[in-house]
Amino acid sequence: MPKINLTVNNQSVTKEVEGRTLLVELIREGLGLTGTHIGCDTSQCGACVVHVNGQPVKSCTMLAVQADGADVLTVEGVSPDGGLSPLQQALHEHHGLQCGFCTPGMVMTATALLNDNPYPTEAEVRHGLEGNLCRCTGYQNIVEAIMAAAKEIRG
Amino acid sequence: MDDFSYQKPSTLGDAVEAFSAADDGVYLAGGQTILPVMKLGLAAPEEVIDLNGIEELQAITASDSVISIGAMATHATVAASEDVKQPLPALASLAGIIGDPQVRNRGTIGGSIANNDPAADYPAALLALGATITTDKRQIAADDFFLEIFETALEDGEIITKVDFPVPDAAAYMKFANPASRFALVGVFVARTGNSVRVAVTGAGPCVFRVGDMEAALEKDFSAAALDGITVPTDDLNADIHASAEYRGHLIGVLAKRAVEVAKENGDGQ
Repeated sequence: MPKINLTVNNQSVTKEVEGRTLLVELIREGLGLTGTHIGCDTSQCGACVVHVNGQPVKSCTMLAVQADGADVLTVEGVSPDGGLSPLQQALHEHHGLQCGFCTPGMVMTATALLNDNPYPTEAEVRHGLEGNLCRCTGYQNIVEAIMAAAKEIRG
Repeated sequence: MDDFSYQKPSTLGDAVEAFSAADDGVYLAGGQTILPVMKLGLAAPEEVIDLNGIEELQAITASDSVISIGAMATHATVAASEDVKQPLPALASLAGIIGDPQVRNRGTIGGSIANNDPAADYPAALLALGATITTDKRQIAADDFFLEIFETALEDGEIITKVDFPVPDAAAYMKFANPASRFALVGVFVARTGNSVRVAVTGAGPCVFRVGDMEAALEKDFSAAALDGITVPTDDLNADIHASAEYRGHLIGVLAKRAVEVAKENGDGQ
């Protein structure tokens, strides 16, 4: 079995994986980081979004072995110790979730979006969320939360 | 998914060698199609040969007349590339509306065209722009590359290395996206170079195709009005739960007109 070295949430990890092991399986089952969810398992819903080398990807559609040498960030890695990131806080305040299943993927996608574009328009936010499905909110409050977080982060 | 052995060669030669040594090998580019296909059990290769370690397949270069895109360039890279955006904004914007942001961060131009999904976006650009596909063995004109649904001129084990796009005078791509998958329900790419016009349609039929009647009309008069009354026979168009053949045929006309209007505004390359 291939042995891989990677960084997950700033911690160095060495693991043996099968070729077929998906990145999301390594994260959830291998490392116990269950904040990353498996929704559709067909790269449509976005519940499994993590960052690989700073870019959001669907971790159900990438092999774990392909993350060898990569820097991986999951939802567990975006919050400051004991608190919430400005985006997470905004989702809380704007009721940007109901059941919460899609939320980790939303957080990872929106965090990358705001890193790339600190001044997004609402249309850009909606285009940026095309790979993340939410069946509760109708997206309205998620978009409002991201717009509010953008403002908060810009200061 | 069944297990397989995994290799990540760092040169083209090593990749070709690994493929020919394999009993049942498959190349892995961005993985946005082959991995879901393997998860469904529709493919079960014994050896997966990952092309992500081959540096020479990543490059994007541009001259005044040709944009050259390495086969492993991701859609996100193409969408953001100044070397593409400046001379050929229609191609950059096409890359920026493939799938969704996460798919664009993994999916590659080489993987997309090798797969030749009938609803993929890139085949329309290659065919309308008269692109040339370079492989480890030869060069293939886009006109000769896309054969039929999921079939291309590639031989077993042949690897696409880059795609060269001649820079047109004006071009635009208009897509009516399937609201769920973001694949093209219909997509039309129009390109004008001098007096020559090419119109390529994806999503509507079993394979990307050109519309000769539209091209002839636009060569006489490059305006949306020139397309009035031109219809595409619907006998061979796709019909499914998303749209009937007639609806797709109608969309070809609508999107072609819009593409001509945007191409005139864009004035690509002028």
